[in-house]
Parts: sequence; C-alpha cells; structure tokens
Amino acid sequence: MITDSVAVPTTVRPGRATRAERLASLSQRHGALTMLALALIAASVTFESFATAENLAGIAIQSSFVAVIALGMTFVIIGGGIDLSVGAVFALAGVLAAFGSRWGPVTALLLPLGAGALIGLVQGVLIARTGMAPFIVTLAGLLAARGLMLALTTEGAETPLVPRGSGFLGLGRGVFLGLGVPVWIAIVLCGLGAVLLRRTRYGQFLFAVGGNEDAAGLMGVPVTRVKVVTYALSGLLAALAGMLNAARLGSGVTILGVGMELDVIAAVVIGGTLLVGGAGAVGGTVCGVLILGVIQNVVNQIGTLTSSVQSVVSGAFLVVAVVAQTYLSRAGRAR
Amino acid sequence: MSDPATILDARGVTKRFPGVLALDHVDLTLTPGRVHALVGENGAGKSTLIKILSGAYHADSGEIVHAGRPVSFARPLDARAAGISTIYQEVNLIPLMSVARNLFLGREPRRLGLIDLRRMNREAAAVLDRYGVHVDVTRPLGTIGLGARQMVALARAVAEDARLLIMDEPTSSLEPREVETLFTVVESLTAKGMAVLYVSHRLEELYRLCETVTVLRDGRVVHTGPLAELDRLTLVAHMLGRELDQVRQEGTTRFGEHRDHTGNPPVMEARGLTKRHVLRGVGLTVRAGEVTGLGGLLGAGRSETAKAVVGALPLDSGTVTVGGRRLRRLSPATAIRAGMALLPEDRKAEGIVPDLSVRENILLAALPRLSRFGFVSRRRQERIVATFTKRLRIKAASPEQKVGELSGGNQQKVLLARWLCLNPRLLLLDEPTRGIDVGAKAEVQALIDELAADGLAVVLISSDLEELVEGADRIVVLRAGAVVAELDGDDVGEHAVMAALAEAEPREEDDRDD
Repeated sequence: MITDSVAVPTTVRPGRATRAERLASLSQRHGALTMLALALIAASVTFESFATAENLAGIAIQSSFVAVIALGMTFVIIGGGIDLSVGAVFALAGVLAAFGSRWGPVTALLLPLGAGALIGLVQGVLIARTGMAPFIVTLAGLLAARGLMLALTTEGAETPLVPRGSGFLGLGRGVFLGLGVPVWIAIVLCGLGAVLLRRTRYGQFLFAVGGNEDAAGLMGVPVTRVKVVTYALSGLLAALAGMLNAARLGSGVTILGVGMELDVIAAVVIGGTLLVGGAGAVGGTVCGVLILGVIQNVVNQIGTLTSSVQSVVSGAFLVVAVVAQTYLSRAGRAR
Repeated sequence: MSDPATILDARGVTKRFPGVLALDHVDLTLTPGRVHALVGENGAGKSTLIKILSGAYHADSGEIVHAGRPVSFARPLDARAAGISTIYQEVNLIPLMSVARNLFLGREPRRLGLIDLRRMNREAAAVLDRYGVHVDVTRPLGTIGLGARQMVALARAVAEDARLLIMDEPTSSLEPREVETLFTVVESLTAKGMAVLYVSHRLEELYRLCETVTVLRDGRVVHTGPLAELDRLTLVAHMLGRELDQVRQEGTTRFGEHRDHTGNPPVMEARGLTKRHVLRGVGLTVRAGEVTGLGGLLGAGRSETAKAVVGALPLDSGTVTVGGRRLRRLSPATAIRAGMALLPEDRKAEGIVPDLSVRENILLAALPRLSRFGFVSRRRQERIVATFTKRLRIKAASPEQKVGELSGGNQQKVLLARWLCLNPRLLLLDEPTRGIDVGAKAEVQALIDELAADGLAVVLISSDLEELVEGADRIVVLRAGAVVAELDGDDVGEHAVMAALAEAEPREEDDRDD
C-alpha cells in the first residue's frame, strides 16, 4: 500500500502571517466584541439607569429570541445561503405554541418545533435539489408561513391565548440566577452551536460548502445533505424562538416577526460573518445581537426619540460593519 | 478478465453532449508505478475523460474496469472511495478554511466525537513537512503560495490511500522550483506503486515524467504507446491532427500567397508583454494590410497575448504602441479609442447578446459615437447596418431578427460587423472559425483576406494549422508564454510551425528547417 511518507528536500514557501494580516484577522474576529464593549461603556457613562441589573437582564431577555434565530441564520449564511422565512416562522410558531398549549405543554412544544423544522426542511430540499436561489425559495417560505399563520387566526383577528397556569408559561417567564429561562436557553444553544461549527465534521462541511461549493463537492462533501440540514436547523431555531416568546407573552401575537429576518441578518453581518459565505463565528453573531439590543435600549432610554431613530442607528452600525469587513478581508488577502 | 498489471482499464468510453460527441469509444489503460500522459488540444475531450474517471460525469456507454472489477461512479465520492484521486487545475480546495482543515476535510481526527484540533494541526504540519511545505497550518489556505496549495492538494489525495492519481495541468501556475518539488513527489509516489494520469501540454514535462502517452483529438484516441518512441514533432503532429508525411511532402508548396508587407509602417507594436505564469516578454509587430498569425499549442499564451494588447489582461509589464504613439494606460477603452478591436474566442460568453436583434448587436459598440445628445437617428442606424450586412454577406431574415436565431457563421459575422463599424486599424481574431460549418468557415476566411487587402492590420489566432498557414502572411509562434519563432515569407508552412512547437527548449533560435 501507499503511505504518505515522501521525502522531499526542497522548501516550497515559508508561510508567515505578516503583521497587517494578523491585525486584520484579529480585528475581524473581535471587531464585533470591541464594538459591543464600546457601546456598553458609552451607554453606562451616559445613562445612570443603563448599567443596572434590571435593565441589563431586560436587554438579555429581549436579545435572547433574536440570538436563537440568529444562530440558525449564522449557519445558513456561512453555508453561502440566506433564510428570509425566519420572521414569519417565528410568528407562526408563536401562534402554534399558544394554540397547542390547550392540550398541554408537550403539544405546545412539539407543534411549533415540528412545523418550523418542516418548513426549513422543505426549503432546504428545494434549494439543494433544484438549485433555486435561496433568496427566492425562502421568500416564498416567508409568504407561505405568514399566510398559514393568518389562516389559523382568521386573518390575524384572533390571538390564541395560553391557558392560565399552564406549565408552558414557565419556559418564557421563569427566572434562574437572575436571568430569564430564554436567556439560559440561548446561551446553551449558542455554546452548542459554536462547538458544532468548529469541532464537528458537519461544521467543516458547512464552511467548505459556503467557501467553494464546487470544490467541496469534488472533495467529497455531501453538499445536498449539508444544505438541507442547515435550512431545517434554521427553521427549527426560528420556531423555538417563536415558541419561547409565546411562553413569555402568554399568547400567540400575530403581528410579531414582520421584518425580523432583516434585523437577524444585520446582527449576523455585524458579527463578522461574511455575507458571501465561508467564514463566520457564533461568538460574533452573539455580539451583533447584543449591539442591536443595546442600541434599542438606549434609544428607549432617551425617550424623546422615536423607534425610527433606532433603525437609523442600527443601519449605521451595519454599514460600518460591512465596510470594515470589506477592508479587513482585503488587507487579509493582500500579498 | 482482470490483468493484474493494470489498475484501470477504460474501454470504448463514449460521452455525448447536446450537439457534440465529446468522447468517441476512447480506450485507456493505466499501470501501477507508471506515469501516463494524456494530451490533446482544446476540445479534444481530456477534461471530459478525467471527469468520467473521477465520477463527476457519467459515460453514455463503454466500460471502466478498475482493479479488476467493472465500476460506475455515481459521484466523486465513490471514485475517491475506490482509490482514484483527482487534482484539478485550480479549484479543488477551500481558500477561506485553514490549511489543516483543508487537508483533513472529511476525515478529521476525532476524540469523543469532536474534532481534535490540536492533533489535526500537528499531523497536518508533519505531513506537509514531508512534502517540503513549511507553513503555519492554521492560516487560511488562500494566503499561502500556489505551489504550497498544490502540495496540500497532492498530500490530501495521497493521504486518502489513492492508488490512481489524476493530475490536471498541475504545474500551470507553479514556479520552476515548485515544479521540481512536485516532480520529486510524483516520482517517489510511482516508486511506491501509484499509477498517475498526467494531463499537460508542456512537452518538456511530459518527456521528463511520463512513460506512456495517449493523444486525444476531437474525442478520439489518435495515438497511444510509449512516449520514448515518439519524437516531439510526431507528438505535436498527432495533437494538431496533421499527418507528418503529408506535411513533409508538401514541403514549401504554398496554400495561398504570403504577401510581404515589411515596407509598411507598423500599426501596432507590443513589447515585452509580461505577466507572471502567463506571458514572458512577448513582442508582436503588426503592419497595415498584413495578417499576422499567432501559432502555439493550448496554453501557449495566444489568447492572452491578444487580450493583453487590447488591455483586457492586466500585465506586470510591457508596452503597446499604436500608430507610433505609446498607450499610456492599457485598458479596453483606450484600446478601442486607439482603433483596436478583439473578437474573443468564446463568442457566446464574451460577445453576442442572443436576445437582441442583428441591428442592435452590430451597433452595440458604435452607439456612443453615433449618438447626438443621447439620441441616435434610426435612419442612420439602418444605413450602417445595411452597409455591413451587405459587405459581410450576413444572412438574416431582417435586421430585426434575433441574433440567437442565426447560424454560428452569421453570428460571427455580426460580431465582426460590430467591430468594423468602429473603423478599427487593427483587428484581433481569436479562433474566428471555431464551431461554424465548413461553408461559412471558408466565407469568414475569405472575408479576413478581403479586410486585410483593404488595409486593415489583422492578428489571427487559430488552432487549425491549415487555416493559420493559409490565412496568415506571417506567423509568430508562442510556447509557454514566450515567442519561440517568427516565420515570414517562404518560411510560413505547417512543418515549420510544428517544428517550432516541438523544439526542445524555449527561446532557442532558428534551425526550423530540416
């Protein structure tokens, strides 16, 4: 048999990262973290009421739902795709959870999760098998999920309520060590997600598919399966977030989730994940989510500002993040 | 029937694409411990054959016997599992992932179900060390040199327990030193019993590395056997499809007259066109009324030279002078302004807009010049279009017919018309008759002659040796990105071109006559 012990005397090219490259990769990795730290310091200094335990716990719980969805979106974007359906799936899952809670907490859990995973699965199969653009397929998914939700609630007029005293409510309202249960769930999931991404074969395949799909196929990566799993995962996580939100609110609010996919994508991109795929990290996404959470909180603190200002500030952060990404990746590649 | 001496035996492999017979009953036998060369010009079917062997394509008919068993690979993964690894010319790794992750993708060392990063990085460094690659394996692959990347691909293929290695032009972007390292590795692999299928058009490499050869042309095997018994000239003749005896006999008989234009002032002079791995100091002079042919095998740098002249290929150095004035910045816009026009090789991808009409396609490039305050008089448009459809004998139902509905020959003429209505001084034609039928081909060739007779300077690139020799007044022969011979007057002949292509070392001057 052939082993890979081959003796070659010549050196091909000593590879050493230049200082510019190292700096670029460092700030690319930790850029979102730096931005978050600056935002936190600025907010604490300006508003006395910001750095209170109560306020920070509030930011954490607000961000936890977005973080869970953004986790799935990070996977999708690293794999070179996009998922526009998450906001609609979030809302649908909330309604299904409230609806299902009539038959007990188990139905309240399984009904939305099953529906979310199924929507993601169908989208994944369509994208991976037919080669249709993810943008179009998930846009269709958005419309379908929202339509389904409206059909279930007679055009959004009915708001299904979770029965009083249902154990299901504890999932959203419970507090453990000062933080809400959804926050803990988000923390655990993001931790698992980071491990999945960096330390498992699936994670490697996902980076390969997003980095160069053709090459990945030639290297023996099961491209179709990786894509299907990723979109199913994204649907599942979006549904989970919707379910947790319903447990917190005690009802399936039909007007939620509109435009949420864009906030999530913004958070992922601010977190340093490349929109073209092939690079990204869960840690960055968490920072991105928290940055947007802090901005929202600060704008609310000022009080005199309307929520439209919040959008403007978030948009500005997004532009800064994308411009920085472009320059940094150029510096990183320059030779 | 399994012969232990062969690792892979392909028999009668046939593959048809819409409108093309890509492979026509191709046989190929590969032996352990041997390097087998696969050569052929553009469209010969090399890539199709490789893709079938590596599981990326399916053969329509024919049999592939691998290690004594008939096989049919559904996907690249299956071929790999069977011990066939392929190193593609460029895109076979993930630039954004680390060197180690690329090397181990799909077979990472794991502990407790998770990838053991430390062990992976350590092993990657150790493996690459043996290939003479000393890089930080945690860096993204895209940041290391091309030679090192090629070695990573090779190490990956070998580590997969491959018994047959297919290499598709592995040296096209390597430095000479890196090529040496690669050869050392390949030699040590064959010494251990690996079979290698080596695809390249660099004759030096073939004779250095390969024992046997298969020459493909137009999807058929035209020659197969030991390489040592085949001299360079015969090999080139096989590749180009010219029978050597026949060419020798014809000797200096003229196909057409080769006019002498050395008296005319040069329309365009290119000097020292250089781009790493592509062009090495190419010089080219073209005179009014003269057709200059560019000869060379696939990958010699003919199309690249043409693109460089019109500013479509960024250069490391080199100058282009048009009509005595040096172009300060080379770009397609300055080239067009200076009166140069390039008809690209792939007219579908780079030229024709099939859904636009004949009129719109012809006027596409000229519109900015014809317009006054953004408007173009329809009468004027129609007059120009009518002139050119008549002059180039374009056969279309009306000027409003969609170009996509025309035959290949007429599409080519429409493209020609597009550039001619800019009134160029120099026309560069890259494979102007590829893929068009025989009748139309003769017409296009006649047209080129007429245009030159009208005083236009023409650069003609053609893989069809007969067309090149017949159509050109002078021929500049390129090999490996450098000019190796310039033939003019009575020297222009098929044999002389082939002799120049087959010469042992690049840049060796003269002795092109027998």
